[in-house]
Amino acid sequence: MPRLSSWFVRAALSYLAVGFTLGALLLAEKASSFYPMLWDILPVHIELLLVGWLVQLALGVAFWILPRFSKGPPRGNEAVVWLSFVLLNLGIAFVVAGTLLAVPGLLLAGRVAETGGVLAFVWGSWRRVRPTVP
Amino acid sequence: MPTLTRWFIKTALVYFILALIAGIISAVSNLPGLFPVYIHLLVEGWITLLIIGVVIWMFPKYSRELPRGNEKLGWTSYILLNTGLVLRLVSEPLNTLGEAPESLWGVLLVISAILQWLGGMAFVVNTWSRVKVK
Repeated sequence: MPRLSSWFVRAALSYLAVGFTLGALLLAEKASSFYPMLWDILPVHIELLLVGWLVQLALGVAFWILPRFSKGPPRGNEAVVWLSFVLLNLGIAFVVAGTLLAVPGLLLAGRVAETGGVLAFVWGSWRRVRPTVP
Repeated sequence: MPTLTRWFIKTALVYFILALIAGIISAVSNLPGLFPVYIHLLVEGWITLLIIGVVIWMFPKYSRELPRGNEKLGWTSYILLNTGLVLRLVSEPLNTLGEAPESLWGVLLVISAILQWLGGMAFVVNTWSRVKVK
């Protein structure tokens, strides 16, 4: 797989590990009420697993397997998709920080960065969604 | 398609059906523990198990001798994730209802959290070394 996909996939696996850890703590808390304040991290659990794991893995695998170009760079404008990777992960970090510190501005900045990341990915990948020559 | 992949994907399809049934039941009943069960059947049981099955099948081979890494660890991940999730399906609604024996459902829920976490970590560890740049 290309280097950029390996970064997407390794980041996704890392978020899966952290997201599962938070989920296990929340489930145990539900059973035994050992630390009710833990429920404040529920949005972080959801963010890490939905955006950090599922969305990021999909983007990484899409960059790897979508049809390549025969002329020019095979995967199109890679710099734009690197920008997508950076923005998406900055966005996740800001959303998590904004949630934990209860700073709405950080949360908003995170959502905007995530949107920018996805837009950059769409921009970089749009022309690769095409029929392949058999 | 490897045997372990078939098990992951067919199990994921079963969870997909169960999730939709849980969604129907939660729409017509007030059982409080059912909604999180519905969400986790969809996101963990269906989407994540489907992804794991495809990853085991399609990711770069670990080596010529061990193309899919440590297969025993892969099966361990399958068993832990599924035992944990099924245990959750049963114990979470019953724990929320608070009916006797409440403590038993709580203990089972904690065990479920530990099993799912271990299963997730086993998948991450086994997959990490298959994320290879070519």
